[in-house]
Amino acid sequence: MLHLPILQVVIPLMAAPLCLLLKRPQLVWLFALFVSTVAFIISLLLLQQVSTTGVISYELGGWQAPWGIEYRIDQLNALLLIIISATSTVVLIAAQTSIEKEIPKNKHTLFYILYLLSLTGMLGIVSTGDAFNVFVFLEISSLSAYSLIALGKKRQALWASFQYLIMGTIGATFILIGIGLMYQMTGTLNMEDLSQRLPQVAQTKTVFTAFTFIIVGICLKLALFPLHLWLPNAYAYAPSIVTAFFAATATKVAIYLLIRFTFTVFGLSFSFTTLPLQGLFLVLGLMGIIVASSAAIYQKNIKHLFAYSSIAQVGFIIIGLSTNSVMGLTATLLHLFNHAIMKGAIFLALGAVVYQIGNSQLVNFSGLGRKMPLTMAAIVIGGLSLIGVPLTAGFISKWYLLTALIENNWWPVAILILLGSLLTVIYVWRIVEVIYFKEPLAENTSVTEAPILFLISIWTLIIANFYFGIDTRFSVQLTQSAAQSLFGLSP
Amino acid sequence: MITGLFNNWIVIVLMMSGLYIVIAHGNLIKKLIGLSLFQTSVFILYISMAKVEGGTAPILAENIKELSNPLPHVLILTAIVVGISTTALGLALVIRIKEAYGSIEEEDIQILDNLPQSKTQKKIMDGEQ
Repeated sequence: MLHLPILQVVIPLMAAPLCLLLKRPQLVWLFALFVSTVAFIISLLLLQQVSTTGVISYELGGWQAPWGIEYRIDQLNALLLIIISATSTVVLIAAQTSIEKEIPKNKHTLFYILYLLSLTGMLGIVSTGDAFNVFVFLEISSLSAYSLIALGKKRQALWASFQYLIMGTIGATFILIGIGLMYQMTGTLNMEDLSQRLPQVAQTKTVFTAFTFIIVGICLKLALFPLHLWLPNAYAYAPSIVTAFFAATATKVAIYLLIRFTFTVFGLSFSFTTLPLQGLFLVLGLMGIIVASSAAIYQKNIKHLFAYSSIAQVGFIIIGLSTNSVMGLTATLLHLFNHAIMKGAIFLALGAVVYQIGNSQLVNFSGLGRKMPLTMAAIVIGGLSLIGVPLTAGFISKWYLLTALIENNWWPVAILILLGSLLTVIYVWRIVEVIYFKEPLAENTSVTEAPILFLISIWTLIIANFYFGIDTRFSVQLTQSAAQSLFGLSP
Repeated sequence: MITGLFNNWIVIVLMMSGLYIVIAHGNLIKKLIGLSLFQTSVFILYISMAKVEGGTAPILAENIKELSNPLPHVLILTAIVVGISTTALGLALVIRIKEAYGSIEEEDIQILDNLPQSKTQKKIMDGEQ
């Protein structure tokens, strides 16, 4: 129990090379699934420990905190760990079936190694309390992400991966510069220690520069408009399983970093009062919602469509942050959680379609409502959740976001958000129309329902979608107390 | 002013030329060179901040009172490894791109990517091989 925070990261890290020893891809798949499940159980235990005994601080190798590396788990970290390990596990259930058709057989083992490394990186970013450690784990997860995306079948996957590599490296290096400048001013890399020492030097140009570099770097990683250009192609051309995993987790981790740096490390008053972060996030978030949702409407490939929709959803999440209130932050965290569930389900369902018909062009979806009823129903329910229809998880987070905006008396923003949801209705309707009201294409008449493993993982997420749309005790309580502790109020 | 912050000026010059090369050049290898240059500038930034005036290498021995800070060197060793892996992965991708597209110029790749939508179906089939 004592060593849970480090086990969370080390188990998938050690498991990755072990995959090489297991020769048969089926075995490797079961092993990866097992490791991911263990990670999920650990994250649940961590959450339980955090909610009973408070913040967990783990000193690596017994070196005391500001000198040694500290792993620090509070409610926010625990929430993120659960999101990552849970979606990873659910996605892995369908992985073997899906990659059989999308990735050459001799690369299956390598695929799982990269997958586990990427999982390690994300879990590491969230667990660690050391700023430089964040950079290292960020690069572990990113480098494996570039390779995973390059595994895509079409040649565009290579180009998308290269573009992501360039943008991602610039972003990570920006974060590295920012961390270096902070170290120069304070002589520490520990996040808690930084948050205590930075206020004394807060009014210097170096700290302003450090802040700017870190925020721009993180925003590149989380695909905030207008730094989102790498995302649509990377999501559209990566293997379906990779897309499902990243759409549910990768941007979430970057948003976690943004929250951690603005709220904990630099502190509220510096981020939101000294610097105009509030207005910046509000404007960029709104533009992201409107521009990306409009772009989504015109996409011919459904993977592209939902990739743009992901950028729009990042907009909703960022607007929650910009309200600078407990309510707004709760909405942000709730949407992190709910968006992971719905996008995971949608992209898995798209993976099932790619498995059956080979691509995800909108034209090919005609009439599939009768051929693959369960998969198509999942896409529609996921879409309804994106819109924010009551009884789905999406409704809860939209509701909290609107309440936060009205609390701030930001009526025009609230109206624009509703307009953004209206755009969501349009692109979701386009899909519904094609699926249910058109005749199947001649070559798709013999298509059948997706394999059972696909259906299990898709419907696990869809049921979670309904569950967290109706019984909000777990999600709301957790996010609310995480938000309160970030604002320095006792939960 | 200029001599005192000599290293910082070098860092800025390297950083900006690296970033400029990444943005302005269409050749993928040149882009990677720019990216490496950009990362290298950060290494110098870290190493120069570690220097303590009059300090020597951090060795515990008699007569040594002022030490330079060894931590940034250690950090940057990690960052160098990360930089090498990034460049290696980037170059590997360039090789695959050359095989798939027959070119490593950004413009050509974009033209080839846009072709299939407007032109013949055959082009797509070739691309998917």
